[in-house]
Amino acid sequence: MTTLKIDHVSRWFGNVVAVNDVTMDIGPGVTGLLGPNGAGKSTLINMMAGFLAPSTGSVTLDGQQVWRNEQIYKHIGIVPEREAMYDFLTGREFVVANAELHGLGTKAADRALATVEMQYAQDRKISTYSKGMRQRVKMASALVHQPSLLLLDEPFNGMDPRQRMQLMDLLRRMGDEGRTVLFSSHILEEVEQLASHIEVIVAGRHAASGDFRRIRRLMTDRPHRYLVRSSDDRALAAALIADPSTAGIEVDLQEGALRIQAVDFGRFTTLLPRVARDHGIRLLTVSPSDESLESVFSYLVAA
Amino acid sequence: MYDPTVARLTYRALLGRRRALILGALPVLLIAISVAVRVLAGADDQVAADVLGGLALATMVPIIGVIAGTGAIGPEIDDGSVVYLLAKPVKRPTIIVTKLIVAIAVTMVFSAVPTLLSGLILNGNGQQVAVAYTVAALVASIAYASLFLLLGTITRHAVVFGLVYALVWEALFGSLVSGAKDLSVQQWSLAVAQKVSGGDLITSDVGLPAATVLLVVVTVAATWYAGQRLRSLTLAGEE
Repeated sequence: MTTLKIDHVSRWFGNVVAVNDVTMDIGPGVTGLLGPNGAGKSTLINMMAGFLAPSTGSVTLDGQQVWRNEQIYKHIGIVPEREAMYDFLTGREFVVANAELHGLGTKAADRALATVEMQYAQDRKISTYSKGMRQRVKMASALVHQPSLLLLDEPFNGMDPRQRMQLMDLLRRMGDEGRTVLFSSHILEEVEQLASHIEVIVAGRHAASGDFRRIRRLMTDRPHRYLVRSSDDRALAAALIADPSTAGIEVDLQEGALRIQAVDFGRFTTLLPRVARDHGIRLLTVSPSDESLESVFSYLVAA
Repeated sequence: MYDPTVARLTYRALLGRRRALILGALPVLLIAISVAVRVLAGADDQVAADVLGGLALATMVPIIGVIAGTGAIGPEIDDGSVVYLLAKPVKRPTIIVTKLIVAIAVTMVFSAVPTLLSGLILNGNGQQVAVAYTVAALVASIAYASLFLLLGTITRHAVVFGLVYALVWEALFGSLVSGAKDLSVQQWSLAVAQKVSGGDLITSDVGLPAATVLLVVVTVAATWYAGQRLRSLTLAGEE
């Protein structure tokens, strides 16, 4: 059982605060670190991985300091976001080198390559690999010593859907084995599919923590705004406002559109097409006007 | 203090195609010039000493030292791939010492060996000139490699700073300003060469005892500090 403890950790670069007084415990299972780009996820992961000293606070793994403690890497596997690897090596040479640096042999390397299903391309130079293949070899290099804590920075970036599913299966399996797995992502669906526990970081602050259902509810229960154009805006508005899923409708004469605020997301999305059909109204435009990730996150911070 | 895997990764990166070409170009140039001088001027001890002193020791050895010393660690820190070394239970000084050994070996092979060859071509090792400058190149390789390896852990522009030091400080100030001569790897290694040759063809501004102490101190201090730098190396994220 491995627990990574982040205790009142802040990190600033000059005048810029990248991570602001974050406290969290990461336990066994898969945890998703969710936040928009630039929220401080990478800074936080770098501190968890011992590559960056916290300005204040401490990061410990089962009570041991992570910063400036190279022996801690016996227990940690890291999959960095950056692409750079030893491109002049073959995949296998790279993973074998990583195994040797852990005092292990080719057997461990071959097992890790099998785990990520990369044996078929293991003798090709890394420079010829696709992004997904690189990601898998990075993964193999992090798994050679079967670490109890695995840290992955944006591991799904640039992967195709099939590779994404394979990696998700692998991470899920590792979580089920009782390892502590933490990955960062700025895509809610990714985190939702994989993580049983989510930590949300927004603008360097720890915005929410919990299981994904609670966070999903927070996200979907917020008021949604839509911009709708139809063949008869006023008739549509009258019909929609009668339903409790709609909290307010504004007829925007300049835009020639309706601005609708829905409070029950699920209900509203089925209501709108039905009402339009029943009243013989054609829907010309239906676009969510505040679906950007930042607005979702800022709502979460306020919640 | 030595890790064979780190060594393998380092020399394979150092002797990658492009870098090997640059490393190989200077020695080839030196030998070509030596052949031309020998053909045009015949065997002359003074000319041999001038070519080896001015071209080999003052120019080629420091430039090879810059390429090998900074190249042994700089690019890895720059592109972030050093994380695969750092995320291992390997002591940081071990990584540095191993990389230093590789950098020294590469500098020696690409600078001392061609120095010996061109010395033999120039005057057939008359008055021990070839051997003396070869020993100087070997000694200088150690100091340069450790200095420039340290530079590689300090700045992203290690090659530029290294070349400025090697060419401006060592080659220009070192030969013009008397104070600068005392703080010059070139002069320290010349002191060793002077001792080897025994004659008055090779002279140094620094005495042998002082030169030896300074060479050892610089090498040890640079290596120690590079280890400290690596221990606290901060990898900033993409953000």
